[in-house]
Amino acid sequence: MIGVGVLKGMAVTLRQFVGTYPAGRVLLKALHLPEGNGIFTISYPETKQQHAERFRYFPFLVYDATPDNLRCVACRICEQECPPQCIHITMAKDEQNRPLKANGRTFPAQFDIDVSICMSCRICVDVCPFEAIEMDNRHEIATHARGPELLFDKTELLRSAEYFQQIKPTEAAVVNQRLVAKAAKSQPPKPAAASTPPAA
Amino acid sequence: MTNAALKTDLLEVNLGPQHPSTHGVFQMTVVLDGETIVSLKPVLGYLHRNHEQICEDVSYIGCFPYTDRLDYFCAMTNNFGLAVAIEQLGGIEVPERAQYLRVILAELTRLVNHTAVTGFLLNDMGAFGTPLLYAFREREKILDLFEMASGSRMMCNYIRPGGVREDVPDGFVGRAQEIVAAYPRFLDEMETLLTENEIIRQRTQGVGVLPKALAVNAGITGPMLRASGVDYDLRKVDGYGVYPRMRFKVPLGTVGDVYDRYYVRVLEMRESLKILEQALKELPKTGPALSAKGQLIGRSPRTFRPPKGDAYGRIESPKGELGFYLVSDGSPQPYRYHVRAPSFINLTVLEDMCRGQKVADAIIILGSVDIVMGEVDR
Amino acid sequence: MLDQLFVHATRGLLTLPGRMLPPALNAWVGLLLPIAAIAALAPAVMMYLTWLERKIIARMQNRLGPNRVGLFGLTQPLADGVKMLIKEDIVPAGADRLLHVIAPVTALLPAILLFAVLPVGRNMAAVDLNVGALYILAVSSISSLAVFMGGWASRNKFSVLGAMRAVAQIISYEVPSVLSVVAVIMVTGSLSLVAVVNAQAEGWFIATPWGAVAALTFFLSGIAEVNRTPFDMPEAESELVAGFHTEYSGMKFALWYMAEFLEAFAVCAFTTTLFLGGWQGPAWPVWPWCLAAALVLASARTLAGPLRLLGLLGCAWAAVALRSEVVPSWAWFLLKTYALVFVLVWLRGTFPRLRADQLMGFAWKFLLPLALVNIIAAGCWSVWPGLRGSLIALGLLVGSAWALIRVNAPASEQRRTYVLVE
Repeated sequence: MIGVGVLKGMAVTLRQFVGTYPAGRVLLKALHLPEGNGIFTISYPETKQQHAERFRYFPFLVYDATPDNLRCVACRICEQECPPQCIHITMAKDEQNRPLKANGRTFPAQFDIDVSICMSCRICVDVCPFEAIEMDNRHEIATHARGPELLFDKTELLRSAEYFQQIKPTEAAVVNQRLVAKAAKSQPPKPAAASTPPAA
Repeated sequence: MTNAALKTDLLEVNLGPQHPSTHGVFQMTVVLDGETIVSLKPVLGYLHRNHEQICEDVSYIGCFPYTDRLDYFCAMTNNFGLAVAIEQLGGIEVPERAQYLRVILAELTRLVNHTAVTGFLLNDMGAFGTPLLYAFREREKILDLFEMASGSRMMCNYIRPGGVREDVPDGFVGRAQEIVAAYPRFLDEMETLLTENEIIRQRTQGVGVLPKALAVNAGITGPMLRASGVDYDLRKVDGYGVYPRMRFKVPLGTVGDVYDRYYVRVLEMRESLKILEQALKELPKTGPALSAKGQLIGRSPRTFRPPKGDAYGRIESPKGELGFYLVSDGSPQPYRYHVRAPSFINLTVLEDMCRGQKVADAIIILGSVDIVMGEVDR
Repeated sequence: MLDQLFVHATRGLLTLPGRMLPPALNAWVGLLLPIAAIAALAPAVMMYLTWLERKIIARMQNRLGPNRVGLFGLTQPLADGVKMLIKEDIVPAGADRLLHVIAPVTALLPAILLFAVLPVGRNMAAVDLNVGALYILAVSSISSLAVFMGGWASRNKFSVLGAMRAVAQIISYEVPSVLSVVAVIMVTGSLSLVAVVNAQAEGWFIATPWGAVAALTFFLSGIAEVNRTPFDMPEAESELVAGFHTEYSGMKFALWYMAEFLEAFAVCAFTTTLFLGGWQGPAWPVWPWCLAAALVLASARTLAGPLRLLGLLGCAWAAVALRSEVVPSWAWFLLKTYALVFVLVWLRGTFPRLRADQLMGFAWKFLLPLALVNIIAAGCWSVWPGLRGSLIALGLLVGSAWALIRVNAPASEQRRTYVLVE
């Protein structure tokens, strides 16, 4: 019968309309009609979406305890592996071009990530042998221009290990386990650990 | 009175590249006689991003985030396709659990894609966004699931050669089962709204018919081919992964018009739900989600140097046969990397379907082809 | 008291200058007052129609709609208005400047003029024109001229295509629209809208068989004339970008929108006036009972679905057949009009649009014959008063509607079977 399909369609939208009001839901229930889906959107600045723990945005650099105790040794593996090549690293060196060391490790003098190029693929995290780079879930970083404001340097990228623990507890636990295992492996021959050259 | 007597002119109209319903930056140069289409010339390349060339310059793993951006509705199946190709090239085994996870993610992607396409098709028909927003409402739930597993809603970069990047978190299977259980209700609602609607039937039935022979000759794949009545589904033909263990049917259309293409997709979604139910039930509780070799490749991509040779890996993506052709010269980067993009090849018959139809039909025919410009232009 | 509030207020305002001004000028003031009221209210009505539409459609789509500017987004229309005003006014190169500017004005003027003859409440028509029905039909058809003017002057292919569709559509739908009004005029014997409303004191026309059909044809062709979904061919966004107003920006674009929304409101208002009893309400003692009965019926779970529906329709009919004096007449009028506005928005929130040729087919092959048969049915109804006339009219209409549906059912409209292999 012509027209029935049209009316059925109208019934669907009306039901959804009524179902968005609390009183409407009561009415729908009273009439034994299937409930509508209700309001599905969230009012953004007031309520924020709960992201999954694994939610990833842009990478950050992890430090232990103090900001000068970076895990990063400026080995530049992530720089090489980054598909869009948005990471730029220079190792801290003295006048004779010898690597400087802090806490027994080399460290980056410059560590820039151009987040306007970064595509949040997480490959840098996967390839880092030192667990020094992790994915942040801070995503409200909109700026008015895409020049220097979106070029994050070392200071902007630094986050503490506690912060990592806080935003991604499960992942941090796995990472810590790996770090502990690694430390245990390299601990017994104490002098060897010190002489291990930073991965080139 | 004939047109000759009226001395009417043909009107050439550029639909796109900036047009509300060309699904991105696609241009159709349409020659109209009144409202009837005399000829239609697709103009491509506005979204060309040098995908294949870029991927020849990065490691095999480095290609994956770029494939997310091919067909940005179906990142998971794109990852899947490339992973299959690389596994063939490097002879990598995939653990059982990963096989199941891949099937689950691929079928969820099919739901996402077909739901969204139906919504967009209705928008092309002029609905004021209602079916589209219903579709997006459901799509969001699946995207939440993707975010849970991979950390990203659309640019997943999750399926890897040798399995998936990391195992799914606790609660994933439960959430997926909830969504799968609730989905038929949404499909029923969508069908009440659309399938029997007389306006939609009038608009779509008999419009943009793609004959069986032409579909086969033009290399059309996916729901579009099946809507024309050709039984060809790579999940059955190739039986890759654990698909041979799944019990599902392949819906076939009879006429090959826009309505068939719409309805075949709806039926495919119902079949996908069956696959999902089975796969979620049969998913091995334990076992690695990434093979040892896969883990090694993931941690140091440049150590993966497949032997010289080539491989063509293909899967049934929601849009059709998605193939990746890789040539290796023994270096860490692919020597040649080529994508057989289903939307691009399905688009080739656009003029044949549109000729003689009205200009309003051209839009919905394009909508029913289901293209994503990221994949068409690459 | 409340009923005649605005009437008394006007009279009071008129007596005030009447004491001071010469009688000749007083007459002018009497004329200017309703004009000022309409001119002031028209933009306000339009602005809140946009708000209402966005809100209703948003709710249908499980969204909240505008809720940022003011409480419930109530000042959103003002913000939109300001935005429109400060936007750059672009006239495309090669466009006919003069026509491009006057087209939106030409569209808006008749839309406002329409309200002059509208009986908003008891004794509340700005002008009780004795050819009111003719006036609305004549004035509303000016808009097709404006649409074509705007489309042609824009020098854009999309605009021209949209304008051509618009003219074809508006002219086609004018015919069934006029024919459905003819039935009303036949029965009331007057072209005055006030007389039409008064004639419905006994019962609204929509409660009669011919009235229901005429209301449907009038409302549907009205929707088509004001280019709203599912008949919004001329501005089909997915095909023609924005149709005839593709090249308009800023305030001129706002004028097009205002014209469209005012005409949509006018369609609802005139459907109310002609078929839904205008400002007449159902009688006081009856309609609460009807409502109660309807609620009981609606919640009666044991009854079969169709039976409940029939009962509800019966309640609605009973409520319609009688009228009330308690609620002011203008409130009744606005209530009914906004109910129709809701239907209009509801249609827009649900349906895709028809194709241009199918749209024409609907007007010429379905609405027009039905409207013609309806004139005969209305004749039968008034010749044989009572049940006999009603039954004859009903039989005529149902028969012809069924025949028309059968004849028009397109060949492709079929149920299909799908093969599921393996």
